[in-house]
Amino acid sequence: MDSFHEQETCIEVRDLTMAYGSFVIQHDLNFTVNRGDIFIIMGGSGCGKSTLLRNMVGLQAPARGKVLYSGESFWDAGPEDKKQIMRRFGILYQSGALWSSMTLAENVALPLSEYTSLSHAEIKELVSLKLSLVGLAGFEEFYPSEISGGMCKRAGIARAMALDPDMLFFDEPSAGLDPISARRLDELILELRDSLGTTVIVVTHELASIFAIGNNSVFLDAETRTMAASGNPRKLLEESRDPKIRKFLTRGES
Amino acid sequence: MDVSFDRTADDTLIIRIEGNWNIAKGLASTEEFEKRLGTKPLPARIAFDASELGHWDSSLLAFLSKVTAYCGSKSIEVVRQGLPQGVTRLLELASAVPEKKDARKERHRPPFLSRVGEAVLGLGKSIDEILAFTGEVGISFCKFIRGKARFRGSDLALLIQECGAQALPIVSLISLLVGLILAFVGAVQLKLFGAQIYVADLVGIAMAREMGAMMTAIVMAGRTGAAFAAQLGTMEVNEEIDALKTLGISPMDFLVMPRMLALILMLPLLCLYSNLMGILGGGIVGIGMLGISPINYFHETKAALTLMQFVPGLIKAVVFGVIVALSGCLRGMQCKRSASAVGEAATSAVVTAIVAIIVSDALLTVVFDRIGI
Repeated sequence: MDSFHEQETCIEVRDLTMAYGSFVIQHDLNFTVNRGDIFIIMGGSGCGKSTLLRNMVGLQAPARGKVLYSGESFWDAGPEDKKQIMRRFGILYQSGALWSSMTLAENVALPLSEYTSLSHAEIKELVSLKLSLVGLAGFEEFYPSEISGGMCKRAGIARAMALDPDMLFFDEPSAGLDPISARRLDELILELRDSLGTTVIVVTHELASIFAIGNNSVFLDAETRTMAASGNPRKLLEESRDPKIRKFLTRGES
Repeated sequence: MDVSFDRTADDTLIIRIEGNWNIAKGLASTEEFEKRLGTKPLPARIAFDASELGHWDSSLLAFLSKVTAYCGSKSIEVVRQGLPQGVTRLLELASAVPEKKDARKERHRPPFLSRVGEAVLGLGKSIDEILAFTGEVGISFCKFIRGKARFRGSDLALLIQECGAQALPIVSLISLLVGLILAFVGAVQLKLFGAQIYVADLVGIAMAREMGAMMTAIVMAGRTGAAFAAQLGTMEVNEEIDALKTLGISPMDFLVMPRMLALILMLPLLCLYSNLMGILGGGIVGIGMLGISPINYFHETKAALTLMQFVPGLIKAVVFGVIVALSGCLRGMQCKRSASAVGEAATSAVVTAIVAIIVSDALLTVVFDRIGI
């Protein structure tokens, strides 16, 4: 975590095809996420971005293809190995997905008490640290229903970071946030990557976020049902000649 | 995860942080550090040497946060230069937004009398809510009679299927068993007088007047009442009910009325079916164990069960239908916006319905006795 390796492959997606029954959502996806990347999965609504995320984090099995974590195929791994891989990532769901019957502190504490043998006092200390990292110091005793949507998202990040994961997955992190909160969230993501070296995978279609934080990306096309491009989003904007990508990255202005 | 201390001539305490820091191994204690500081005079500043630091994670941050907080309380300067850049940045991030002091919740338990008072007031409020809800349903029902209630026919048909046909297996099983139990209990007593044949009367009358309606209602309270509460509760959580209101569609008409109608129509029919199954259950005991011939059992039942015997059961079934639907819809509409609230709504719907069924059954039995049916 202290050392930051450029170009070390963290996640590899190989020939991935996702489908609901016989309905193919995306086919033959191939891309690589390097360690320390902020990798954006982008594309129009309904193109399968969130489904790709579900395939990558083990919530939905792909119809075909592989997802490799540091060379190890997730979907071919046994239950224990799968658990070990899953232990390496944290996920922020679109709505925060905090457990409503638990306080923020209990939400963040649950993964710690499940996966570590830390004492109650130690967990409490770490929970306070995680909540202060996302700017929620003092809100330990609040229930999710008592705080705003933006705060729920941040608490969700604190929970995702609870076990100091190598990889953080964010599903539409800025959806439903005001521009200032969305920007703060972007800054937090950058800070986490820069200071902890965490690999971040973000599903989003917010252009401001894409350009502010992304250094690598994949563009999913809803019509051809496969990836149309991959690479640094700024470079895609400058160099891509694909009208679909240009239209998406310029909000339809070119 | 080693920490050592070194005091330099310029009054600085250097904290040497070494090795790998991993939360899986637990958190480092600041006890030794605090003991060091306890020896007077206090150092002017604290500095760090992380040259031997290996892998690190939150456990190091937690340790450093504690050290920083402790130094803050003793007014000792903390120099972070010797720490890795990532650590410094995260420590800055953690202290960037100061703790919101007024956010801390004070938890105090009110005195006993105050809690009793609150509970009584709460009870009064909940009775108010039940009456208000019943009133609103009444208004909706009047609108329905005048043909002005707006709901979709397909919803009603689906609900009728859910609370009618789909409830048949569980009602069959329960009623058959209740008939069996009644026959067993009756047979033991009646055998003493050699009057086993009256088991048919006992089971027939008990099912038709009382048990058919009550058992069906209790099954439906657990099955359908809870489902109504959970459906409406989830709609409340998802703001679907707000969406109806803002469109000018009354949730009472659109959601509650079809549920009420479905149960009011289906519960009497299920009750009749339950009577039949109960009598069959009694027949199994009577014919199979007491040696009564099937023809005799049938004739005895037929003689005991005049049509009037079914009237109290059917009236009760209608009332119970209203109760189950009302309590399911009431608790669903009262649901707060969280997943646990949906669970509470479902539980509360079943409890309310069963209590109301038993109370109203007792009242109705007395009334029927008085008016002689």
